Amino acid sequence: MLIEILIALVILNGAVFTLVGSYGLLKLTGPMSRLHAPTKASTLGVGSLLLGSILHAFASGEGSMHEVLVMAFLFVTAPISANFIAKVNLHRLRGRPELPPPPESRDWATYAEK
Amino acid sequence: MIDLSLYVALGMVGLAQLMAMVRLVIGPDTGDRILALDTMVINAIGLIILGGAIWGTQIYFESAMIFAMLGFVSTVAIARFVLRGDIIE
Repeated sequence: MLIEILIALVILNGAVFTLVGSYGLLKLTGPMSRLHAPTKASTLGVGSLLLGSILHAFASGEGSMHEVLVMAFLFVTAPISANFIAKVNLHRLRGRPELPPPPESRDWATYAEK
Repeated sequence: MIDLSLYVALGMVGLAQLMAMVRLVIGPDTGDRILALDTMVINAIGLIILGGAIWGTQIYFESAMIFAMLGFVSTVAIARFVLRGDIIE
């Protein structure tokens, strides 16, 4: 009984964070602030859903830790894709004149010769 | 009680998927559309995991893993194409 309450709470927690992330994606103004909202969905939201799935599998007798792989992959790749999207916003919306100079003597990779 | 919470969570994540789809349609710039697609992949992983828990099978784990990998690779590919005009130089 106690484990059922725990599983239900964890799954509802994940669903609430996923919903809040997408609501923020829809509601926030400005591309860079919109970037902030779905990180909640991709870490705490899906992480809680996967944790609930692990607990549910153990409670129903055939436990497995497979979901940890998905969780680890998402946690590793989420900052990389967020960095790429931020770079797209920076270079498309600010443009060349407003960008700060890169630290070394080379040009930004976006504008460098191929 | 677990079944009820699973169905409620399915509805909430589905609503989140619809919201991300609205942002994908109205998104003013390319960066917003890439972000909306990334969020939709995350929500789809959540939906697949919830479906696997509802039907009580383990076979949906592989599709969730493949969704995670393909979502990351496609996000990086679109972002690189927008930035550079080429994906693999």
